Formats: sequence, C-alpha cells, structure tokens
Amino acid sequence: MGVTGSPTNIKQGSKTKGGIGESTLRPDGTLKVTGEFAYSSDMWHEDMLWGFTLRSTTAHAEIRSIDISEALATSGVYSVLTYDDLPTEMKNYGLEIQDTPVLAHGKVRHHGEPVALVAADHPETARRAAAKIKIDYVELPVITDEASAIAPDALLVHEGRDDHHIGHVPHPNIVHRQPIIRGDADEAAKRAAVIVTGDYVFGMQDQAFLGPESGLAVPSEDGGVDLYVATQWLHSDLRQIAPVLGLPEDKVRMTLSGVGGAFGGREDLSMQIHACLLALRTGKPVKIVYNRFESFFGHVHRHPAKLHYEHGATKDGKLTHMKCRIVLDGGAYASASPAVVGNASSLAVGPYVIEDVDIEALALYTNNPPCGAMRGFGAVQACFAYEAQMDKLAAKLDMDPVEFRQLNAMTQGTKLPTGQVCDSPAPVAELLRLVKSRPLPPEQQWLSAGEDADVRALPGGLSNTTHGEGVVRGVGYAVGLKNVGFSEGFDDYSTARVRMEVINGEPVATVHTAMAEVGQGGVTVHAQIVRTELGVNQVTIHPADTQVGSAGSTSASRQTYMTGGAVKNTAEAVREKVLEIGRAKLGTYHPAWATAELLLEGGKVVTDGGEVLADLVDVLEDEAVDLELEWRHRPTVAFDLVTGQGDGHVQYSFAAHRAVVEVDTELGLVKVIELAVAQDVGKALNPLSVVGQIQGGTTQGLGVAVMEEIIVDPKTAKVRNPSFTDYLIPTILDTPTIPVDVLELADEHAPYGLRGIGEAPTLSSTPAVLSAIRNATGLELNRTPIRPEHITAT
Amino acid sequence: MRVNFTVNGRPQEADDVWEGESLLYVLRERMGLPGSKNACEQGECGSCTVRLDGVPVCSCLVAAGQAEGREVVTVEGLADYSKHRDGAHPGTGCASSDCGTSLDAAKRWQSKPTDGRTGEAGDLSPIQQAFIDAGAVQCGFCTPGLLVAADELLEQNDSPSDADIREALSGNLCRCTGYEKILDAVRLAAARQEETV
Repeated sequence: MGVTGSPTNIKQGSKTKGGIGESTLRPDGTLKVTGEFAYSSDMWHEDMLWGFTLRSTTAHAEIRSIDISEALATSGVYSVLTYDDLPTEMKNYGLEIQDTPVLAHGKVRHHGEPVALVAADHPETARRAAAKIKIDYVELPVITDEASAIAPDALLVHEGRDDHHIGHVPHPNIVHRQPIIRGDADEAAKRAAVIVTGDYVFGMQDQAFLGPESGLAVPSEDGGVDLYVATQWLHSDLRQIAPVLGLPEDKVRMTLSGVGGAFGGREDLSMQIHACLLALRTGKPVKIVYNRFESFFGHVHRHPAKLHYEHGATKDGKLTHMKCRIVLDGGAYASASPAVVGNASSLAVGPYVIEDVDIEALALYTNNPPCGAMRGFGAVQACFAYEAQMDKLAAKLDMDPVEFRQLNAMTQGTKLPTGQVCDSPAPVAELLRLVKSRPLPPEQQWLSAGEDADVRALPGGLSNTTHGEGVVRGVGYAVGLKNVGFSEGFDDYSTARVRMEVINGEPVATVHTAMAEVGQGGVTVHAQIVRTELGVNQVTIHPADTQVGSAGSTSASRQTYMTGGAVKNTAEAVREKVLEIGRAKLGTYHPAWATAELLLEGGKVVTDGGEVLADLVDVLEDEAVDLELEWRHRPTVAFDLVTGQGDGHVQYSFAAHRAVVEVDTELGLVKVIELAVAQDVGKALNPLSVVGQIQGGTTQGLGVAVMEEIIVDPKTAKVRNPSFTDYLIPTILDTPTIPVDVLELADEHAPYGLRGIGEAPTLSSTPAVLSAIRNATGLELNRTPIRPEHITAT
Repeated sequence: MRVNFTVNGRPQEADDVWEGESLLYVLRERMGLPGSKNACEQGECGSCTVRLDGVPVCSCLVAAGQAEGREVVTVEGLADYSKHRDGAHPGTGCASSDCGTSLDAAKRWQSKPTDGRTGEAGDLSPIQQAFIDAGAVQCGFCTPGLLVAADELLEQNDSPSDADIREALSGNLCRCTGYEKILDAVRLAAARQEETV
C-alpha cells in the first residue's frame, strides 16, 4: 500500500464508526450475557482459602477479651486474626479521617463492626470457626441521634479526635459542620407575604448493589500481594491498604475485577485489607465473598437526615429568603461525611434564586451504621425537603407548582448561595416544561372495556387487594441541582494512557486507565472518544489496575468528564505525535501536511477539508506512540468555614421529574404509574447509556420514596432488616414506565460540552413521587419512605 | 457426598460435596461455572436463576443433592439450549442426536476469548443478543438470572404483554437499569422471534 497523498489520488476520507454521539454497544456486553465476565466474587485460584469476618453483635461496647483458641483448633482453619495481629502501628483507615479500625480494638462502635478474621478451606468451615470465637463485651450506652450525641453526659464516639475538622465543630460528636450565610434572611423575611416551614425526615437508604463485596488476595514471592477486587477507586484503596499492611504501595498491586454495581457503596474499603492480611499470614490466596446479610454491614449507607426548612415568598410568588438546618447521621465512622456536609449545605437551596439565606448542615458521630457516599451525595436529602417546601408555598399562594418553580428557577449567570456564579446553561424552567408538557397516562388503566379489572395494574398488584375502589390518582413535580465531580479544592485529576500502533495491518489504539467500570459504561465511551480523536476502528480497553496513574473515583458523576477528559486529552497528544511522525516521513508529498488543520479519520490522515494525506498504517509502520498524561478540570476552592462562600463546585447538573401515582387510600398502597424525567446532559456521548443511567437513577429515587429504608432500632442501634427479604428495592412490578427527555446544552468548560449524568435523576425522583402521593391523598407526608401506615394514619 | 447431574447437556459429577452446599455453590465453585450469580443467596433477587429440568429456580435455594440425576441449564448453556429448543432440551427428553453440548463445547464456554466487539459475536440466544442491543446490560450482575427467566417466558409465551413480562421477571432484581431497557430487550427478542417464524 502506497502513500495516498499524491494529487491524482485524493479521495474523501471515511468517517470512523462508533465515535461519540453514537449508541455504541458495551464492549463487555457479550461476556456479561454469556456468564463469562469475571466479577470479583467469581475469582478463583488453585489452593485458595476462604476468608470470613466475625462482626460485633452489639453497637457500642468495650471489648474485655477475645478468645480465638477454639476457632484456631478447628480442622480446616489456617488462620485467625484479631487486632493484636495487625502488623504495623497504622491500624485504621478512612477516606478523609483515619478513624475506622481494620479490626475493632478496645471498643466496637456500631453493630456489625469487624472484630476478627478467619481463613479456612471451605467457606462454611470459616463461618463455623468464627462462631467459636468468644468475645467478652461490656455494653455501653448508645448514641443514636443529635440529642444523645450532644447531651452533657454523652460519651464521645471518638475520644481524642485530632482531625482538622475538630477545630470547627461545636462538639466532638459532630464530624463536620458547614454554615452558609448570605444577606440577612431575617430582614428579607419581612418582605414575605407567605412563610412556610417544614420538618422532614429522610430514611437510611442502602446502595444495594447486586454484586456482593468480594475479592481475591494472592501473596506474591516478593512479599507483596496482588489484589483482585471490585471497587470504585483503585488508588484510593491502595493509599489506605498499603500503610496498614506495612508494605510500600508498589508491593500492593491492585487489579479491578468485575464490579456488580456500586452507587457510592464501594468508595470505602470493605474486605480489601482483611483478605490481604489473611493471604500474607497464610501464604495462600484468600477469597472473601460477603453474603447479603454481611453486605448490609460491609458498606456505608446514605445518611439519614432530619431537615428543618423555612421559606418565604412575596404575593407575586418570588422567593424572599430561606433558612434551613440539615442534620445528617454519619454513624460510627467519618467515611465521606465531611464532603456530604459540604454538598448538603451548598446545594440546600436547590435550583432557585434566593438572595438571603441562612443554612447550616452538619453530620453527627453516633453508634448507628456508618454512612457515607451514595448516589446524590447530600444533595438528595436537601432536594426532598426543598421541593416539599416549593409545593407548600405554591399551594399557599394558590399558584401552579410548576409555574411557581419556573418563576424562581435559576438560570445561567445565577449566583448561588456560596457566591459561585453558574456560568453554563441551567435549563431548570425548560426541564420542568418538558415533563409537564407530556400527555398524562390514561386514568384507570386497570379497566379495559367489558373485562374484569387487570389487578396487575392496581396498587397491591397480584395481591388482589383492590379492584379500583378507594384508588385515587395524584401528580407531582420536582427538580434538583447536583454538583459534578469532587469539590472544595480537592485535587481531582485523572490519568489516561493511550497507545497507538499497527497490528496485523490495522491501526489499533489501546486505552489504559485505572477507572473503575461499575456498570456506568465508561469503557464504552472511552472507546468512542478514542475512535473520534484518533480515527481508528479498533480500540482495546486495557484492564484497570494500579500500573497506571490514578483515575479518581467512579462517583460524583465525574468519570465521563474526568477520565473521559483524560482519554480525550491524551488521545489528542497522541494524535499530535502521529502527525509529527507523518510530517517527518511524508511531509514533502503534499503541502497540506504543513499548512492544513489535520485530523485522523477512518484510519487515515485527512485535512479539515476532507483531503486524504496518508494511511495511518504508512505513517506509523512499526512505530508505536504511547503516552500517559494527567488531566485536571478547572480548580475549585474550599468553602469558607464561617460564611460558606467560595467557588467550590466544578459543574452543575439538572434533572426534573413528573410522577403520576395511584394510591389505594384504604390500604395505603402506592403504585407509581409513570415517572417522566427530563435532564440536561450537555452532550450525550452515548445516548443509549445516558438514558439507561437516567432511568436507573430515577428508580433508586423511587425506591427511597416508597419502600427503601434500613431500620435501626433506636434503643440498641442494631440493624433490623439486613436482607433482601426485609430491605426492599423496587422490582420490575414496582417500577413504572420512565419516559426520558434529554437536553444537550453544552457546557463550554467541559470535554465535548458534557455534563455528569449519573446522580441528578436520583435527586428529584423522590420528591416528585412524594408530591404526587400528597396530591392524591391531601396528606402532608414529611418523611421518606412513605409506608402504608402514613397514608392510612393507622 | 457425590452428586451426579447434567449441566448444560454434559454429565457432571461433583465429589466431596458437603450436604449443606447449594446447587449454586456447586455450579460456581466446583463446576467452574460462575455465570449464575450470588447476590443474596436467599432466593430474593433471582440472580442465580437456572433451569432445573426446564423449570426456573433460584439455585441458591436448591440443595446440591436435590439436583441428583437431574438436568441443569445455566446462563453458560443458554445459547445452546435455545438453539435446540425446537428439537429437544434437557427436561423434555432428547429426540435428536445433537441435543446437549459436547465436552469440547462445554470447555469453550469457559475459555472463549472476547473479541471486544459486542453485538457482532455469534452463538448468542435471541434473548442474550436482545439484552445487548437494547442496552439492558449495565453492571450485568442481574443479567444471567434475568436471561434465564426471560428465555423461559418467551418459550411459554411468544408475544408477552408488558404486564406479562413484568409478572414473569418480578422475581429478578436489577439495581442499575430501572428495568425499562430490560422490558425493551424482552419485547425486542419477542419481535425478532416472530419475524423468524
């Protein structure tokens, strides 16, 4: 094949298929539908042992003694470890504050805290041996809410705190506190024609990802360990694991194994250190797989919250002021609580223009289960409350709730309570218009002419609890505001390695990042980005591991922006290198090499006018271009700890919902008929995946509205429902049709103009459903999830 | 104890099975067939759904010993099972000589390399292909169980209504997709099935 750049040989270049904007299919799809995709719980190694974690049966107690002798003597048991066996001075870990013990020492602070580890030749042997470990607990009083946390005689959940938040909190049982004060809310309240207040309760939600916490640790000959695990951020895990093991980071090699969902629940460590400790101690590969019961104790949950809000509005419907106090229960360990507090406070006002605000958000230390990251991250709880307030105000002013929201909606250029100006499109009013303008689903769909009711379409479904009598319909709206990416001055970067070479006569690109693919489809868009930037059809995605720089976390709706941005940026640099090589080799064949804007398309070098200058195969020959670069978004700053001012967020995203529900008022059963959603995604890199994310996020919001809650006994702080029998997540029967409208208003600061999408739909889904239930029943309903007894008042 | 049964058309025996082991454990940890997933191990999520003599069951709730002498089809065998549906398949007897799966084919399932070009690979059952095409796979952990359940639905009912699909799949939890694309996938597979008839 010769050079195609001679003037007689010019032809139109062909577009590369599968670039951005197309609904390219998942590269791991075939493996996932055939059962061959290796999830972390599928890992297997010859001569492998099974690890098991013994967990505390009480929420708050001193540990007098631990007797492992009987467990250790059990046939088939290779090792039993407790706190005393930890190899270094570093015995804790944590995302922001290193307050979480690898194994409990001296004290347990929540129900289900890991106390001891067992490795055995069969999982049942390990479980039975663990049951023989004798622990002498001395029960302590439990701290379960704000009153018990800051009571004068309250025990400190963490005595001798020395983290940097401690200087800014009024009590050591408060993890972090963030006020945001702007203007004078009390003065502004005097201009209000109506003022509404409300107290709201948001229940503890669980991520309930389906793939259990699991992984395989394999000791290596150099004294290190190879860990195959499902996580959201390999490098964050590594940073926490290595010091506890007493190993340098390069001796802990981590590879991402298949992740069965995450939703924030894999930001914190679970079995990682435990498996490594057992593997290093026994010299054998150790696999740990949590069952569902243990999974409910093995990861942090969404912060339950108590929220007090006050809003005022003029008689024309303009918001005058907002005051709120948001108390988040962080549970026994800090996890991501400080950042959740930052989000809850800075997004507490929602997508509305309010000049005068007085906001306070804080997270408590209690003996409840630890809470941390979950999809929506602090913004969810606030949205639930401020949207209820918007409905209350509209009702009091006798205005349409959507028009009232539109009247107060923020737009591009709005200054948020933190002082940060939203400098990209903010189509809040338009998103509400889109969901409102959809035709409503027909009423009484359970009736079809001349036939009996199809009970499957009724609240209660096949339980056959009603044939339509006592069933009323309601419609509700909500809209939310979510930040994208890590905020408050965090050095939020991502790294990508892109290699381009000729293999078997074809130009091929390889992408290597440490991005955790948790189901969101990052691997799909990385290939699309590379096809777009490098004009090759064949793109291989290298497994994610710690042999390449950090990609940051797969959370905060940030991965397509951040690692997608890193892949784009690195691919552009690879393209420049390729063009340099081309100019050096072939530049004399055609003047356009020196003068034109050159692109890579369809395996060729083309001018921006479409003239083909060369085949990539001829440019590269047997050279490979291989670059690894870090990429950053524009910087943010920490919020001022007194006023809350500061450009703390990277980007904002917006979604609106309209919920249509039917409620059996006699039994208090709710059926959500339709949950329409409109979201601005900036640019849909993969429309199919975008819609999938929006529908998935919407369903998690629906879940917390009507069924999902981890119930913690207020007297003992023990978890009552750690199973899929008792912690309910929506089934296909609980989930309605979810029509989606996607707007693509580019954010000029983001790669391709894109906007993070994963979280925003979770925010407004919950308050929309609640609003619809209130609309149907006329009840106030100020908590989530709504249970039958709240509707029937029994 | 020893358990003898047929998995995806291939006779298997498992030795040293502890009496309390589930069929799911034996499939995953002893047979090297991890396609059936372990999400709740309480029969609540459907991720471990397999067909036992043709009937969809949660394999986590079946004691391994109960599978003695019976036919099991897992997601790994779904494509082959679906191919032979019209002739014969495990549970309804074997009328033709090409039913079941050869040892070679069984090995292929476990080691087949990916070409990284989802959607273009052959040898998938219609429901598997439809799940890929409709975007019904995200994290994919629920997918094997849903595929087995949906395949059985389509076997019983070649043009299910949405209410039928919801009813049939109500025992399978999915946390990622919001189910809409799973409905799309089943509708797509049903429509394609009709086209080919």
